[in-house]
Amino acid sequence: MTTAPSLVITNLAFAYPDGNQALYGVNLIVNQGERVALLGPNGAGKTTLVLHMNGIHPAMQGEISIAGQIVDAKDKEALKRIRSKVGIVFQDPDDQLFMPTVGEDIAFGPYNMGKRGAELDAIVDQALAQVGMSEFKDRPPHHLSFGQRRRIAVATVLAMKPEILVMDEPSSNLDPASRRELADILRALDVTIVMVTHDLPYAYELCERAVILSGGIIVADSSTESILKNADLLASHRLELPVGFSLS
Amino acid sequence: MVATPISEWQAFIAFLALVITASLIAKIEITTLLKRAVIEVPFILFAILMPFFGTGEKFSVGPLDLYRAGLLAGASIVAKGTLGVLCAVLLSTTTTARELLRGLERLRLPIVMVQIASFMLRYINVISDEMQRMKVARESRGFEATGIKHWKILATSAAALFIRSYERGERVHLAMLSRGFDGNLPQSELRRVGVNVWLKALSISIIALLISILTQVIG
Repeated sequence: MTTAPSLVITNLAFAYPDGNQALYGVNLIVNQGERVALLGPNGAGKTTLVLHMNGIHPAMQGEISIAGQIVDAKDKEALKRIRSKVGIVFQDPDDQLFMPTVGEDIAFGPYNMGKRGAELDAIVDQALAQVGMSEFKDRPPHHLSFGQRRRIAVATVLAMKPEILVMDEPSSNLDPASRRELADILRALDVTIVMVTHDLPYAYELCERAVILSGGIIVADSSTESILKNADLLASHRLELPVGFSLS
Repeated sequence: MVATPISEWQAFIAFLALVITASLIAKIEITTLLKRAVIEVPFILFAILMPFFGTGEKFSVGPLDLYRAGLLAGASIVAKGTLGVLCAVLLSTTTTARELLRGLERLRLPIVMVQIASFMLRYINVISDEMQRMKVARESRGFEATGIKHWKILATSAAALFIRSYERGERVHLAMLSRGFDGNLPQSELRRVGVNVWLKALSISIIALLISILTQVIG
């Protein structure tokens, strides 16, 4: 229904209470249906930026809007709507899966959005099916493998029908097969994706566009291919392709 | 069961038979039941000492002088304690921790306590894994805790574990907020169960109650 970009960040700056400044004026527009890799070295401010997208960190300067709606950390009601639109998948699935069973965990988000009963059940089943984990509904999360837990973490936010899926290091700690399975799942989703990573081959595989966040600003924004081919650009921001990997 | 005086000893035999029947129906091996009941042993030791200390009427069994009141009190503790532990073991063997929590919730235990317990249930494995990894890491670098001089290192590890768990708590909270958490966890939805299930579940308690009343009336 909306044609507004999924994510618009204008001139966003942020400093931690201890005075440590993390973002120095970030500008980024992500259109609906795009898959964008957010690349950057450790400490570039990637996670800080992610936590702005759903108002966990209030914007100190600048503005963020999700599907045309401005993120205002003070307006609790609006924030609730924003959080249902921005699905963040955190790096450690154990942080994200806190309910006793997989099914209850997936129900957590939609429940907070006011869904109940049969409707809630249907949402949970659909989200599980999307990540191919339907038979795990009643299992406790700690009995699952890491790759399975990551997929469930994705399902927990898919259940909220987000406008935009934000993933923090989606491929970290995954074995090659889990990595490919997750890539297949992400490719099949009809949703805008921002993928924070320094796994450059994974970014190349999944995202047509990439941006580099370094020193608290966006220093490059182009097709993933052209960015990854620019060895000097990568090197100046502490990014490198794995040995033996080349773009043909 | 707790209300039955120990002098009505027939009742306790009936109670024991009831517990054993219940465990047979639940297909729990008696040995499993007994193994798990071993936890009670330290308490029994106390009760066994009771007949030797006390006042009042005395009588002799072979070379031993025993106090009647102490003997009764001791026997009462052993009998009631053992039956109580067996019942608890029966409950925990047949019911998952998850269902127990759900039950407590329905029995109107304050919701905050149920939530704390359910978070504990979820994270106890995560944290004990973390503790295990820290132990392996210590030992891989040649550390073996043998005596009091190593307590300092163990204390530092415990502190590190505490801080890590605390930070994990903060991350979990962030993840909860990101999915619209506003202070209320979803209440588990009530499952309707039929009269049959209720009857089956209550049968043990009802039989026990009948035994108790019966022995008091007869006695």
